[in-house]
Amino acid sequence: MSRALLILCTLFSSSMGIGMAQATVRVEPPNLQGPRPLPEQTAKAAIRDYLQSWESLRAALEQNRPDLLDPAFVGAARDKLRTTVQQQAPLGIQSRYEDRAHTIQIVFYSPEGLSIELTDNVEYDVQLLDHGGVKTTQHMNARYLIVLTPAEVRWRVRVFQAGQE
Amino acid sequence: MRIRLAFLFCSLTAATMQLALAQGGTMVLPTTVEAGNGFSIQCSGSGKATLYIVGPGQALKREVQLGATAFFPAGSLYNAGRYLVVLAEDTSTESGSLDVVPADKPAGVSFLARPSRLPVGMHDGITGAVYVFDAYRNLISVPRPVAFELTNPSGLVQKRMVITRHGAAWTSMDSTTQQGTDRFAARIGEISSIRVIGQVPGDPCGLKMTARQSGQEIQLATDPVRDCNGNAVPDGTIVTFTETYGGGQSTVDVPLKRGIAEVRMASHSGATISLASGVVLGNQIRWEK
Repeated sequence: MSRALLILCTLFSSSMGIGMAQATVRVEPPNLQGPRPLPEQTAKAAIRDYLQSWESLRAALEQNRPDLLDPAFVGAARDKLRTTVQQQAPLGIQSRYEDRAHTIQIVFYSPEGLSIELTDNVEYDVQLLDHGGVKTTQHMNARYLIVLTPAEVRWRVRVFQAGQE
Repeated sequence: MRIRLAFLFCSLTAATMQLALAQGGTMVLPTTVEAGNGFSIQCSGSGKATLYIVGPGQALKREVQLGATAFFPAGSLYNAGRYLVVLAEDTSTESGSLDVVPADKPAGVSFLARPSRLPVGMHDGITGAVYVFDAYRNLISVPRPVAFELTNPSGLVQKRMVITRHGAAWTSMDSTTQQGTDRFAARIGEISSIRVIGQVPGDPCGLKMTARQSGQEIQLATDPVRDCNGNAVPDGTIVTFTETYGGGQSTVDVPLKRGIAEVRMASHSGATISLASGVVLGNQIRWEK
């Protein structure tokens, strides 16, 4: 399964953002806790949907449009990102996120199959704009904890939280 | 006394906030801030500048006086994550980052328990999974003990203690031998979340009927139908009587009523009458007039 997931990385590479560079994606073999086996198709779908959520995040925070979060985020993650957009807009702030590299590992598949947790060591650039003027661009590394839950046709991000690597 | 207080203040500050120099060295900011706690950023120089703190979780912007310390009161930053901190003057910009970490104290548990109803006596039939959050809905990733308790109607308790990993923990429990409503609780510190699990009787066990002549018909009745643990199988459960005779066959489905199933069937000498409920077979009777 891990080989298949590594092959999947190429599918996930996407052009985006500040320099239109492609994010590289590395998927490590799952280090699961829990009794439920994780089907390969499920793992692929969850990772695909998670990576797409970065595109939603980038568009929403760059354009200050909270509605762009809805397809990919739900629950606390969506609420927090919406808050950020709502704080940015009146301040004249925009932030551009460009993910450069992901190293993803699935760490939990809940027994009833209603949540998947993964870790992602992300390298990304953040560009801060105030009233359209670029203030700075900063390269960052962070370890994200992600919890996804199934919606009608895709996995949605319910927890999206960075911490120290 | 003043010196002691100052020393204590410095010690506390050092313990809770590691200081780091931002790029350029004109801004000193904490590397970590606990969600919801107050913090400060020292900005050297003179004049005015704009301080930005921006992350996926929040965005702040404040005019600051250089050479002074910018204080951010409790509740300023509460969403865990990595934040870009920028100090922008007219001609120069300094930047750094800080982490907002989840508060230490759990305040919420997201508890998924399945199934809501199941037969008695199932090994590892009940599962529960939790995610542990602080008061700001940040996932607490530091390992924490979670107590799972399944209490059956007679008060017997199954307990499991599980340490969270990446903020999550899970367990499985056996359904007990007694039908009724169980309470399935997940506790962490003073926080608990409870789910109700219905335990219903299992399949019938030792299904048995008796027959007697009743006019021109046979009166068939089961003994009280119970599962293998002695729990009464609920009324409405279908029991099937099948009479096979001389090349013919009659089948009647009868729901349990007050624990038994009764039916009258045509009497055929030499008939074989069998009994079943779902996949469980009962006894057979050969009927001779």
